[in-house]
Amino acid sequence: MKRRQPIDQETYYSGIRMVPYDLVKELAIALGLVLVLVLAASALLSSPDQTPETIQSWSQNDPVDFVTTATGELAGTTITAQYGAPYNSGTASVQGFGFFSPQSWAGVREPVDAAQDFVLKPLSAAAGADPNLKTALSDYTSADPNQQKAWLEAFAKALKDAKVASDGTLTMASGEFGPLPQMMASLLVLGRAGGLDGYLVSNGHFYQTDYTLPLLFMGDGGYLPGLGENQHLLGSQWGMMNETGSYPGQTWLWLYTFWYQIPPFTGNANADLMVVITMTVLSLALLLVPFIPGLRDIPRWIPVYRLIWRSHYAGETPQPTAADGPSEGRPGGP
Amino acid sequence: MSESIGTEAEVPSWTRATRDFIGKRLPLAHFLPDRQPAYVGSWVYVFGVATIASLAWVMLSGVILAFFGPQWWHVTGLGRFVNSVHFWSVQALFIFMVLHLWGQYFMASWRDGRAPTWMVGVVIWLVMIVTAFTGYLSQQNFDSQWIGVNAKDAINSSGGGAFFNVLNFGQMYGIHVMLLPIGITVLVILHIVQVRAKGVVRPIEGKGRGA
Repeated sequence: MKRRQPIDQETYYSGIRMVPYDLVKELAIALGLVLVLVLAASALLSSPDQTPETIQSWSQNDPVDFVTTATGELAGTTITAQYGAPYNSGTASVQGFGFFSPQSWAGVREPVDAAQDFVLKPLSAAAGADPNLKTALSDYTSADPNQQKAWLEAFAKALKDAKVASDGTLTMASGEFGPLPQMMASLLVLGRAGGLDGYLVSNGHFYQTDYTLPLLFMGDGGYLPGLGENQHLLGSQWGMMNETGSYPGQTWLWLYTFWYQIPPFTGNANADLMVVITMTVLSLALLLVPFIPGLRDIPRWIPVYRLIWRSHYAGETPQPTAADGPSEGRPGGP
Repeated sequence: MSESIGTEAEVPSWTRATRDFIGKRLPLAHFLPDRQPAYVGSWVYVFGVATIASLAWVMLSGVILAFFGPQWWHVTGLGRFVNSVHFWSVQALFIFMVLHLWGQYFMASWRDGRAPTWMVGVVIWLVMIVTAFTGYLSQQNFDSQWIGVNAKDAINSSGGGAFFNVLNFGQMYGIHVMLLPIGITVLVILHIVQVRAKGVVRPIEGKGRGA
């Protein structure tokens, strides 16, 4: 196979008028102008920094939602409890088409047991100083699973009519709840005091930077999504590319977000995987544009280039000859 | 111990081969030319250098933010201002990068052996998106929480969540301030070297072929 000889720039530009051009000066001017631009924007508009939510703020501002979510974690009915890989062996959030399921293939790498991690372990840690809680926990864990389920269902039903007292505790109708009122009251106290925030990130270590547990817990509730909706951040609100307030967000993700707004993606159980596959294919197409007939020819069909190089086409520089070889300049010739 | 004399025949070596390889493909006159084809006098060529300028300010403001730590900008006015410079530099970076990309597309800049230059540019674009994404996750504010909680499902669906945990601040921050900037720096240098080694592409010629 004959190897194509590289063409030096002198040959490549033969017939083209060369003019003085100061690249370094151009870069210096660009640096200056962009700096002025961003300094002005920074001084006038600042940047978004809405205070993050905590388990404490959640349990203080919406204790009913907090306790309802915790009850769901115990019952195994929340998103996290039923999620699947990479958190647990559930299946509710596992996406795939038949055998094709990269999520399943990757397996459980960030193990989360919703009932234990969000409720039972924190309560066990707090039970050392609270004999009543210790007894309640013992009653719950030693009870028959069917009994636990009956308590949880009755408690969850009663929570729908729960009221928040002035001291932040919940008042609700009595019922066959077993030890749950004691457990959830203790968890609410722990949450309101901020103890649960620390417990969920500490994971037995002093230094910690992993917020998987508290974020999954908060994501299971209705409080966080409610705040997101107020800030036009839901997926159905093109939330992927939005930011809190009126600031531009990741607007470059508009195409990624776009797919979630239209069928067959919207509302599909495999929407995320479908969007990921679609964007992967489109990214590969962008990468390989020089080799894809049609895509690489569009610049010829839509002659924006004639606007870009209008001075050239106005006859400023002579046309190349056939002897110039690659300077023929067809879009399809990488 | 033997000493070479100026007139002695040059001995082949890896060092000489490397020097010859670079010198042949990217002589300094090509890397920093003071003359360009007249058709380069078009505004579309400004977007590339504006992208580099924006990236420079993103990097500098990012270094300052990284030096003082992720909490600093939440509690000081100066920190907030530096973060704002970082934020708006990123916005400018993406605006100029998109304009540069579209400009190069409609110029069919991959012609005449420049496909690798185009491909490295696209890789930079994709890496930039991941870098910005990890930056948003590293803000330590409500946006970070919200983006993490919602983005995890798409990452998990691809299997990537097993290795790239968007809820793990430490992992996202480390990737954002260290690994991705190194990757971007290397790729951008490579991209510039590619552009300078080949020179800017000639205008599309040939009437009757849509040109």
